[in-house]
Amino acid sequence: MHEQETKRRDVLGLAALWSFVSAIGVALAGVARLPKPAVLPGPLRVFKLGDPAQFAVGSVARIDEGNFFLFRGERGFHAISSVCTHLGCIVAHTEDEGFSCPCHGSRFTADGAVIAGPAPSALPWLELALAPDGQLQVNAESHVPKGAYFQV
Amino acid sequence: MPPTKEFLENLKKTPERLRESALRVGKLPETDRERSQSTFHNLFLHVQSVRTHRNSLRFAYTFGLGLILTASFVVLTITGILVMVYYKPSTDLAYQSVKDIHFVVPAGRFIRNIHRWAAHVMVVAVFLHMARVFYTGSYKKPREFNWLVGLALLVLTLALSFTGYLLPWDQLAFWAVTIGANIASSPREVTEALGITRWFDIGAFQKQLLLGANHVGQEALIRFYVLHVAVLPLLTAILMGVHFWRVRKDGGLSRDVTAEPPPALIRGREVQVFPPTKTYGLMAVVRGRTPVVGRAPEGSVPSWPHLLWAELAVFAFTIALTLALGYWFDAPLKEMANPAIPENPAKAPWYFLGLQELVSYSAFMGGVAIPMIVLIGLGLIPYLDRDPRGVGKWFGGPEGRRIFWVSLVVGLISVVALLAFTVQFGWLRNWFPSIAQLAIIALNPGTVIVAIYVAWSLWTLHRTGSIRMSAIALFTCFLAGFIVLTAMGSVFRGPNWQFYWWPSQWPVH
Ligand code: HEM
Ligand code: FES
Repeated sequence: MHEQETKRRDVLGLAALWSFVSAIGVALAGVARLPKPAVLPGPLRVFKLGDPAQFAVGSVARIDEGNFFLFRGERGFHAISSVCTHLGCIVAHTEDEGFSCPCHGSRFTADGAVIAGPAPSALPWLELALAPDGQLQVNAESHVPKGAYFQV
Repeated sequence: MPPTKEFLENLKKTPERLRESALRVGKLPETDRERSQSTFHNLFLHVQSVRTHRNSLRFAYTFGLGLILTASFVVLTITGILVMVYYKPSTDLAYQSVKDIHFVVPAGRFIRNIHRWAAHVMVVAVFLHMARVFYTGSYKKPREFNWLVGLALLVLTLALSFTGYLLPWDQLAFWAVTIGANIASSPREVTEALGITRWFDIGAFQKQLLLGANHVGQEALIRFYVLHVAVLPLLTAILMGVHFWRVRKDGGLSRDVTAEPPPALIRGREVQVFPPTKTYGLMAVVRGRTPVVGRAPEGSVPSWPHLLWAELAVFAFTIALTLALGYWFDAPLKEMANPAIPENPAKAPWYFLGLQELVSYSAFMGGVAIPMIVLIGLGLIPYLDRDPRGVGKWFGGPEGRRIFWVSLVVGLISVVALLAFTVQFGWLRNWFPSIAQLAIIALNPGTVIVAIYVAWSLWTLHRTGSIRMSAIALFTCFLAGFIVLTAMGSVFRGPNWQFYWWPSQWPVH
């Protein structure tokens, strides 16, 4: 009789303890999600660049607010990101040599492929489109395969 | 007594009674016994033992480094709270508010300078303190756990520096943190190469956790601010408390227990001493090694005044040092952050430049894998090296001292040779431009130097048959590597991370 009673108490005590622990656990798991918002804040990274005709064939434009270069060649427009794939510095462009990064010396060919330094992958090409209002538009969050030129 | 008279009497005695109640004994202690009692009864003093072993007070044993760390943390907390009064954690206002602190706020420049230099003092001291604990074998039983607490404090110290670095929102801050955040996302290098990023993107997870966004911006600034002024200092303070408590409970500082106790002298004459028959109350249940239990008073002196004077001296030294640095040297502040143009070269603070050099071979290896390996390796030391001999002696004796010097030379020569080779001839990608990224991650100057060091340590193990000696070899090699890589990153790397003998040779543009 006596033994049974202590046992019952133990069971109740353990049940209370474990419901407490699991309640705290669930609550903490919920709170642990706090640092990661459902929508990441940040500026819209779609850039309207105006009338496509203002870019001459054979020209290069450096678009600072979007961190990319816009090229217009014989085959059409293309945009290459200027954010180094190594650790995010901004690469410089030189006419014949392609791109070079000031931070740890990565170098890229004119179409973005890595030729030297620690960068793990090529500079991505960005998606171009013509906005309904006739402006050239670059989506810096969306990549297209290398060689996908955009004709207007 | 009439009530008015009693009232007046009490009022008159209040200052005296206030002092009595605060000090318990009622007056400053005069005898050793009273001092011991005051030590027990005071929250701040009772972290210390009543008696301190002479060896713990030897300057050449600790160099006061733990205390310098404590003192610089106190200086940082006070000056930090003062600059918080004016600092505004917003991307639009931060830079101007730091400028205001520097140029407009009375004494602001001085306070900000002290805060900055005290942080540097703390980082230097944390490395030196770890080295002194290691080389005196002080991590051994029963101090293994305190070594781990110390490692956590090392990480916290560096994290405090890194988060503080972003706050001025100048060019240096912005790009150092951009690089830091991308190091956090560098596991992508591996997941990308394996083609599993879509399912397992730990890199992006870490980066977003740190920045609260995909780019360094307002969210990142607030996160770093919260970490820097609340989370990290609080954790550091708590762990420092644990650290001190353990130092005390592990029997005070480590010392050579096999050494002959020094002669007991009173006024220059040797006297006979006997172990005490009775120890103070609770002291008896403390684990066996406090200076008093059983084996006192040989070699130990009352903490009050001897230890207290030593502590006061180190605090005074640290404060004087940071004051002097803050008076004569201004903390740097570059132009305001510009997300379109990085600094060239964009350099982190000096203690991260060794890492930055490693990162310039492979972001994942240099920024994540090698630091993790080093931390885990450091944490394992006290559990792998269980040999109780040589505790409390620098390098554990003459053999260790020899291994230290040889390893220092081996470590220095191999890392300098490897860097010279890399600067002269380049690395895999310069020879095979289309080589797979995984090959570079696995085989780069960083992994090669780690392999050389591990090989040297294994060879030392084989030659001496002592884990302690091979630990000394490995620790010393990594120390040499750290020094050389840091020098490389700070002095010899210029624009585009090219090698230059001296910053004066950098091209001007
Ligand atoms: C914020 C950082 C730290 C502070 C404030 C601190 C403070 C202290 C103090 C005051 C002492 C006592 C005496 C002395 O050696 O000066 C001590 C001892 C010790 N520290 Fe630290 N420490 C820190 C970081 C570290 C690190 C990074 C390690 C190692 C990884 C470490 C491991 C130890 C050990 C094992 C002892 C006992 C040494 C002995 O018994 O001889 N501490 N620490
Ligand atoms: S960020 Fe471009 S090479 Fe490191």
